[in-house]
Amino acid sequence: MLPTPDTSHVSFNTIYEPAEDSFLLLDSLSSPSEAEWLHQRFSNHSPLAIEVGTGSGVVIGFLSANAEYIFGKPITSLGIDVNTNACKATRETARKAIKEQNSSSDYLASACGDLCSAIKPQSVDVLVFNPPYVPTEELPALPNIEQNYRDEFEKDSHLLSLSYAGGLDGMETTYRLLQQIPDVLSGIGVAYVLLCAQNKPEQVKTAVGGLPNGPWLVETIGRSGKKAGWEKLQIIRIWREPN
Amino acid sequence: MKLLTTSFLTCAVKTCRSSPASFPLHFRDASLEKISIPFNSTFLLNILPRIDWTALQTTAAELGLSAMLPSENPQDALLAAQEAGEGGMDIAEDESKGTGIDEEVLKKLWTLLMETGVVEGKLVCGNCGFEYPVKEGVGNFLLPPHLV
Ligand SMILES: C[S@@+](CC[C@H](N)C(=O)[O-])C[C@H]1O[C@@H](n2cnc3c(N)ncnc32)[C@H](O)[C@@H]1O
Ligand SMILES: [Zn+2]
Repeated sequence: MLPTPDTSHVSFNTIYEPAEDSFLLLDSLSSPSEAEWLHQRFSNHSPLAIEVGTGSGVVIGFLSANAEYIFGKPITSLGIDVNTNACKATRETARKAIKEQNSSSDYLASACGDLCSAIKPQSVDVLVFNPPYVPTEELPALPNIEQNYRDEFEKDSHLLSLSYAGGLDGMETTYRLLQQIPDVLSGIGVAYVLLCAQNKPEQVKTAVGGLPNGPWLVETIGRSGKKAGWEKLQIIRIWREPN
Repeated sequence: MKLLTTSFLTCAVKTCRSSPASFPLHFRDASLEKISIPFNSTFLLNILPRIDWTALQTTAAELGLSAMLPSENPQDALLAAQEAGEGGMDIAEDESKGTGIDEEVLKKLWTLLMETGVVEGKLVCGNCGFEYPVKEGVGNFLLPPHLV
């Protein structure tokens, strides 16, 4: 078992605390079969990995620190979150985890932003997203540079709501990310996205197949919480066959 | 934020994405820090192919660091040598034989890309002029409502 990054420095007042979904990502991406697939995919190319919505940084910290095992080589990595507290926490989580594992990977930076809007086209080799996936009546507005809050409480609850609230079917933010995939992924790029049962995973997979610049392949590579024949959470992998 | 980060960033304004002027973003009023990371030539050589050299030269010049950067990507010289059948060896091959690239050049590049961080300042889009603040090493690319 690869070690889970230390997040003891993270304050969970505004930052998503690692939970079942986070750990499913760690387990799925480091499973022997997935590691073998990734080794092959990146056999002569050191990947750039970007996590969107890093929260505590437990996922990108884990991927960076254990890259030699998962990808067969060190990686360069970046983290993006709308929450600046999460950005700073992630940087520290990644730094500690990389040091702890003696990895040669390099965590370049955390950036505060909306999904991949500030990422250069065709540059991402590994994209990871554990989205705000809970169905909610409303989708919280994104913070912006000019944002002013009445008090700390309003700020904290807004930032926390952004970590789980997914609007209609819990999919409003995830669908926006999926639409960015053809633009930001490199030719050998691969994306991992977490879905819950209420997200209507089969419908989502069909939608992925219809993204432009395909053909896009999609497969479930990890699942948890199996109940009455269908799993509560799953990780899908999205990629193209390199030509 | 390591300097190499700018190789993967662009302006968040939708209409700027397709404009060549939006890459790279330009540093303004940047203050730098030096971070120490053990030199790793194999890793560096793995990263070089993905770097847009012209863009990197622009960025280095803006930070007053042009002296750290050779005029062309050492990777290109390596590939050219391979094609001419001179070296013909793999990048990561046999450390003792070396890579055919001057190690001093690689060490400077390492310092520039992996050990130079921008702590405060702005990143400015060459197309729309929007200024993204960098604070405590974190760039903020969230847009005000009228630009979303
Ligand atoms: C479910 S949490 C996942 C946190 C962490 N990756 C983990 O697995 O523990 C979702 C994260 O996405 C962030 N987020 C929400 N909307 C976003 C957006 N539009 N762009 C970037 N990040 C976003 C939230 O701030 C939160 O940190
Ligand atoms: Zn712009």
